[in-house]
Amino acid sequence: MDFVQSFRLTAPEVLFSLSGLVLLLGAAWSRSDAGARIITWLAVAVLAVAAALTAPTLLSGAKGPATLAFSGLFAATAFAALAKLLIFAAAGASLIVAPAFFQRTRDYRPEYPVLVLFAVLGMCLMVSSTNLLTLYIGLELNSLAAYVLAAFLRNDDRSAEAGLKYFVLGSLASGILLFGTSLTYGFAGTIDYAGIANALTGKISTGAVFGLVFVFAGLAFKISAVPFHMWTPDVYEGAPTPVTTFFASAPKVAALALTVIVAMTAFGNQVAAWQPIVIFAALASIVVGALGAIGQTNLKRLLAYSSINNVGFLLIGLAVATPKGVAALLIYLAIYVAMTIGGFVALLMFKDADGEPVEDLSDIAGISRHRKVLAACFAMIMFSLAGIPPLFGFWGKFVVFQAAVEADMIALAAIGIAASVIGAFYYLKVVKVMYFDEPAMKATGKSDWMHQALLAICALAISPAGYLLTKCLDGLSLAAAASLITP
Amino acid sequence: MAGFPILSVMLLVPLLAAVACLLVEARAARWTALIATLVNLGLGLVLWANYDVGGAQWQFVERASLFAGFEWKLGIDGIALMLIMLSVFLMPICIGASWEAIEKRVGEYMAAFLLMETLMIGVFAAQDIFLFYIMFEAGLIPMYLIIGIWGGQDRIYASYKFFLYTLLGSVLMLIAMLWMVNEAGTTDIPTLMAYDFDPKVQTWLWLAFFASFAVKMPMWPVHTWLPDAHVQAPTAGSVILAGVLLKMGGYGFIRFSLPMFPEASAQFAPLVFALSMIAVVVTSLIALVQHDMKKLIAYSSVAHMAIVTIGLFAFNPQGLEGAMIVMLSHGLVSGALFLCVGVIYDRLHTREIDRYGGLSINMPYYALFFLLFTMASIGLPGTSGFVGEFLSLAGIYQVSSWVAFVCTTGIILGAAYMLYLYRRVAFGDQKNADAAAMPDLDKREWFLLAPIAAVVMWMGVYPESFMAPMRADIAALDARLARAKPEGDAQLTAPKPKAATATEEHAAHGGAH
Repeated sequence: MDFVQSFRLTAPEVLFSLSGLVLLLGAAWSRSDAGARIITWLAVAVLAVAAALTAPTLLSGAKGPATLAFSGLFAATAFAALAKLLIFAAAGASLIVAPAFFQRTRDYRPEYPVLVLFAVLGMCLMVSSTNLLTLYIGLELNSLAAYVLAAFLRNDDRSAEAGLKYFVLGSLASGILLFGTSLTYGFAGTIDYAGIANALTGKISTGAVFGLVFVFAGLAFKISAVPFHMWTPDVYEGAPTPVTTFFASAPKVAALALTVIVAMTAFGNQVAAWQPIVIFAALASIVVGALGAIGQTNLKRLLAYSSINNVGFLLIGLAVATPKGVAALLIYLAIYVAMTIGGFVALLMFKDADGEPVEDLSDIAGISRHRKVLAACFAMIMFSLAGIPPLFGFWGKFVVFQAAVEADMIALAAIGIAASVIGAFYYLKVVKVMYFDEPAMKATGKSDWMHQALLAICALAISPAGYLLTKCLDGLSLAAAASLITP
Repeated sequence: MAGFPILSVMLLVPLLAAVACLLVEARAARWTALIATLVNLGLGLVLWANYDVGGAQWQFVERASLFAGFEWKLGIDGIALMLIMLSVFLMPICIGASWEAIEKRVGEYMAAFLLMETLMIGVFAAQDIFLFYIMFEAGLIPMYLIIGIWGGQDRIYASYKFFLYTLLGSVLMLIAMLWMVNEAGTTDIPTLMAYDFDPKVQTWLWLAFFASFAVKMPMWPVHTWLPDAHVQAPTAGSVILAGVLLKMGGYGFIRFSLPMFPEASAQFAPLVFALSMIAVVVTSLIALVQHDMKKLIAYSSVAHMAIVTIGLFAFNPQGLEGAMIVMLSHGLVSGALFLCVGVIYDRLHTREIDRYGGLSINMPYYALFFLLFTMASIGLPGTSGFVGEFLSLAGIYQVSSWVAFVCTTGIILGAAYMLYLYRRVAFGDQKNADAAAMPDLDKREWFLLAPIAAVVMWMGVYPESFMAPMRADIAALDARLARAKPEGDAQLTAPKPKAATATEEHAAHGGAH
């Protein structure tokens, strides 16, 4: 394996490292608002270039030894490519929405795009990892950038609190994960996923089970699956909304993709050992996410519980443990990213007459009277998150449950879909507040055209027109799943 | 006609009009909606005129492989044709009924109704099981908004109850559909209708579908969402709910439960009979004591739908044809009755029966129409109600005399509560001065009620027009069900079985000639 080949395979990552450093240097010199904007747009451009570099890998369905770089430390598979494209899209959206949000308080600084770029680099390493070390380096690079981002509004107590909470709990999770990986290494004798899979066949020893459980616990923390979800509402509420947009989308994609990689490759021969864990986490996330959301009055907390709820459905795809299940998870993930970005962008557009953001459910009462299009888009996103056809969110649930039924896990599918009705209740509540209640006339502020454009794109993607994408999504996700499972 | 995708056009016209309604102001929205629904009615008539009775089972078939996992596939048989006709016929009337009653957010209201029309036609025309599910479920969104935004006092409670009840009923059906598609390897409804599932599995599949259709129908004891939804919905919402949405449950039974799971249907027929018998008697008695006109009609709907279910599960052509005619007739009659309530509600803004009285004095034409629809609801010969109820009961009589007996008491009770309602509203003294001062029907209301009255009489006098397109499809369904047909309790001892057949034949076409 020569270096040229390795660098070719890691081109997006190399690009992120270099451009991140250059932009950081630029940030040191340019402290003005305009400079920060320019750096943001440069970062978006870097993401676009990286996406262009990544797309061919996905389209060619790359898999096997040809995808390994640096002596097998890194794998640029189609699976990784699909996850990366979703991450780039989500990160790009979080960058685009940021300047308008921070402008009001003049808090925007060029560190924001730079940190996002480094977080994206970490996520790329996560989804391309082939061994426990790459996994950990990627995860930590992403997390460290994310801790700082959560506390980005230095003068805001809530933001500082969110950053601290995220840091303490995130470190704990990293510790748990590290403990799990060291146990796994101890019992498997290797840090390589393929090696672990070979070592852990047949009857698994108690120590290795402990390792597996700790690894899954650490990962569950990162994807905010129940019972490791407690940090999510607080961090989502406290962090500035563009940062929350980022947290709810890109790192979720990366952490879920990573969980799939670890489960299906490293522990691919021990499905029976982790399947009950994932099934429990899936159903518990659906139920807790739905019940927790009912009492929320803050929209960001509500969306946080909604993301916990959605992770439950995503995990059903993993619990199925078939290529079809993984493909279903990826389709759901793509739709989830569109819905989440759309939801948070709409949230960013809820502003009062002074441009102050409003986050309370009662503030958007009757908004359908004076902001018709915005209300309609947000209502669509709510129905879509609830999985009501003909909106595209239904398709995500559909493929996940289809995979479960095809794998003969009918009880899981039946319980999962019945529990989704609980979730429908609070999504309906949001629609009720917007459409049925008397106008509170609070969220009357004008919104930025960039926000409008992004919301329009997301709304179009989750509208029934999204079904036209199903063929394309189906093909790509199956190719991606195949690249992961049959090396 | 060949090659022209008329069904897709019928779906597209209201959809485009719905978008247009959102963009224009109130007056233009009303006209857009009216024109679009009339165009669709025209297209529906073209569809009916071109439907080849006795031709292929599935006509106007269109398909396009647009999606992964399912297809855009439309096509109709006689049963679907009749229900589509019912939908397109009621829609312009609904728009007309909302012409003056709806003053706020007119564009959105019209858009919701037009969207509803697209989805209703889609449900009846879908030939792909998942396309059907999408259309079936999607109807919840516009109806939720219609009840919640333009409804009465307790509209929010009613809208939640409607949405969550029906959603909970339907989700398990999706799992059953996924299993069936995985087993049979196709999403095509006609193919699935001919596929023989293992009778053991059929039990579960049947129950999953039953959960959905029983709620939609609605059957006792899962009917409780209906009175709430009906009472709170605006007049046109009630019309469309009673007229068409309830028919989706019956359509589901006739399209899915019966042909796809004949053994399970036979196995569960006693359950259906039991629930239907309870529904007929109990809800009729409940209707008798209502003070709210809309609630009374809502409970009468539950009773009528129970006649539909016993007809469907009678496993013979009379029962099936009767069930279909009851569905069509009930769609027209209950819709018309809700319109009648709407007419006086618009004048006095109350649905309390006691606030009216002696309306036949100051509103003679109104009283005339109301009487006609009351009689049709009771099932007086000459109106559509008679044909359907007679056939259904004749069908069930072959299976079980007891079920027929109990359900017939429902007809008597139906006469009781409807006549009692009519007496209190239209006859007697003009005890309320404001009710006595109400003007008679205006031109617009004539245009709403007269067409329904005409069709009700037509269906009552010459039902053959409506039964002819369905006859072949019902015969095919009957043939499909033959292998699971339960034995009737009327053990005929007549030495000449031929004579018995002749009597049945006579009963089947009794209303037709």
